Amino acid sequence: MILAVDTSIGSTAAVVAPDGVVLGHAESASPRGHAEVIGDLLVAALEDAGVVAAEITHVATGMGPGPFTGLRIGIAAGRAFAVGRGIDVVPVASHDAAALAHIERTGDGGAFAIVTDARRRENAVSVYRGIDEHGLPVRISGPELHPQAADLAAILPSATVIVPTGTAADDANPADAPTSIIRAADLGRVAARVLAAGVAPGADEPLYLRSPDVTVGHVRKRVST
Amino acid sequence: MTEQTAADATASSGPLVLGIETSCDETGIGIVRGRTLLSNTIASSMDEHSRFGGVVPEVAARAHLEALQPAIERAVAEAGIRLGDLDAVAVTSGPGLAGALMIGVGAAKALAVSLGKPLYAVNHLVGHIAADILTEGTEPLEYPTIALLVSGGHTSLLHVRDLTTDVEMLGETIDDAAGEAFDKVARILGLPYPGGPQIDQAALEGDPDAIRFPRGLSRASDREKHRWDFSFSGLKTSVARWIEQREAADEPIPVADVAASFREAVVDVLVTKALDACEERGVPRLLLGGGVIANKRLRDVATRRAAERGVTVRIPPLSLCTDNGAMIAGLAAELIASGRRPSTLVFGADSTLPVTEIQVAEAP
Ligand SMILES: [Zn+2]
Repeated sequence: MILAVDTSIGSTAAVVAPDGVVLGHAESASPRGHAEVIGDLLVAALEDAGVVAAEITHVATGMGPGPFTGLRIGIAAGRAFAVGRGIDVVPVASHDAAALAHIERTGDGGAFAIVTDARRRENAVSVYRGIDEHGLPVRISGPELHPQAADLAAILPSATVIVPTGTAADDANPADAPTSIIRAADLGRVAARVLAAGVAPGADEPLYLRSPDVTVGHVRKRVST
Repeated sequence: MTEQTAADATASSGPLVLGIETSCDETGIGIVRGRTLLSNTIASSMDEHSRFGGVVPEVAARAHLEALQPAIERAVAEAGIRLGDLDAVAVTSGPGLAGALMIGVGAAKALAVSLGKPLYAVNHLVGHIAADILTEGTEPLEYPTIALLVSGGHTSLLHVRDLTTDVEMLGETIDDAAGEAFDKVARILGLPYPGGPQIDQAALEGDPDAIRFPRGLSRASDREKHRWDFSFSGLKTSVARWIEQREAADEPIPVADVAASFREAVVDVLVTKALDACEERGVPRLLLGGGVIANKRLRDVATRRAAERGVTVRIPPLSLCTDNGAMIAGLAAELIASGRRPSTLVFGADSTLPVTEIQVAEAP
């Protein structure tokens, strides 16, 4: 039984069976307050699934990209839960979860790009094309940053469908609507396929995509006038 | 471990608690059983900040995330316990750097949920006071006490009437923390980070009375509004100006004298205000805490001047003075022993958590 956590966009937790069936799910769409809600989300996901913590065998953590501060809370929680239970973490790129959801929703066999807001007028972009023999979305590039003003259609391989993610869902056309958050349920399903296939999971490092903001080597400022 | 004596058995009673501390640049995991320290694991990201001359919040937060899991595993191994044996998990909710605190908060909640154990969210500053009760071979701290907590992140003067119920903030820094002032003056003198040990080293041969640097908020006119507050920003500027004037006059900079005189100004104002508070509040006890307590001059001056004024000084071991998880676990163990209910899971990181909130989000 996999407990999945993602706080790259919104905060979400889910419990997924080894065969990929989603047993329980909980989410908070608020882009802030990840630290406040994470404990209750874990409890809610377990309760929704009707399982106890001791039945969890793996923790899937969404590694981003996403705003640093929020993203880290889910990873910290996932890792700590795993330590508590003495079980392994399966790191998953958060865009992979959105990609799997997109493929299943649209049956898209061609190239498409998951695009999430990376703030500072930049987007994080990952390009996928189809799924592999294990049912995992095939990422052909990214995640990488592009200015929001950039014309992605001109940059990405031709005929790449742009899938904006993390924007408000379009209620009028739910079938075409991008996911409003990256769902831990999708993340857990990716992890279930990784485990079932016995392939190596993603790197256990947050996908920050940016270096910390710092100024190196302060020059002494004069204080005398 | 050796065979337990009756005294050991008494000492080793009490709740088994794991504490998580991530308020600044140390990832601290501590495990206590009641008032007995079982492990105190600290992973510091100090080296990563050295080239920036001060703690960079984003760098600290990234380091906490990477250090947390191995630190928990190390602490558990060192304590010789199993996580399933814990009676509770404790975590710092604030004050501190928000992004750094959130790592600990998120991790502590998940750890508590995974173990099915209660969680205690506590105040970092009160944790520093609780460090004293983990000190081996001393009588329990008597209350009330005045506490002076000095680090790179805070400079606070507290009146502690009861560890778990009644702590009053007398005053705190209105600008830089004392530790920050050491870092900034070290930079002015061309010394590396962290500044405290560097200034100490440089001050060895210096004359503390060579230059009379200002004592912040110590004038008679400050008495009303800032009787117990500190300010170190003006001191730093004053050091910089003094050096610039020497440079302008093409005179050499007596680094040892500047370092010793600057340090004396910091120590003097800290100790003077702390002992004045003891006197005014009629409390003949002073507890020191925080990383800057590593400064030997501060400890020496405090001890000497306290003795002159009939005040007893308590200084926990340095490993418990710097930010650590053991003090967080120790405070939670006291809260549990006093019958407090655990915290709910709904609390966040509060970078300005007031000291009166000793525990956060206690369940109804
Ligand atoms: Zn501290």
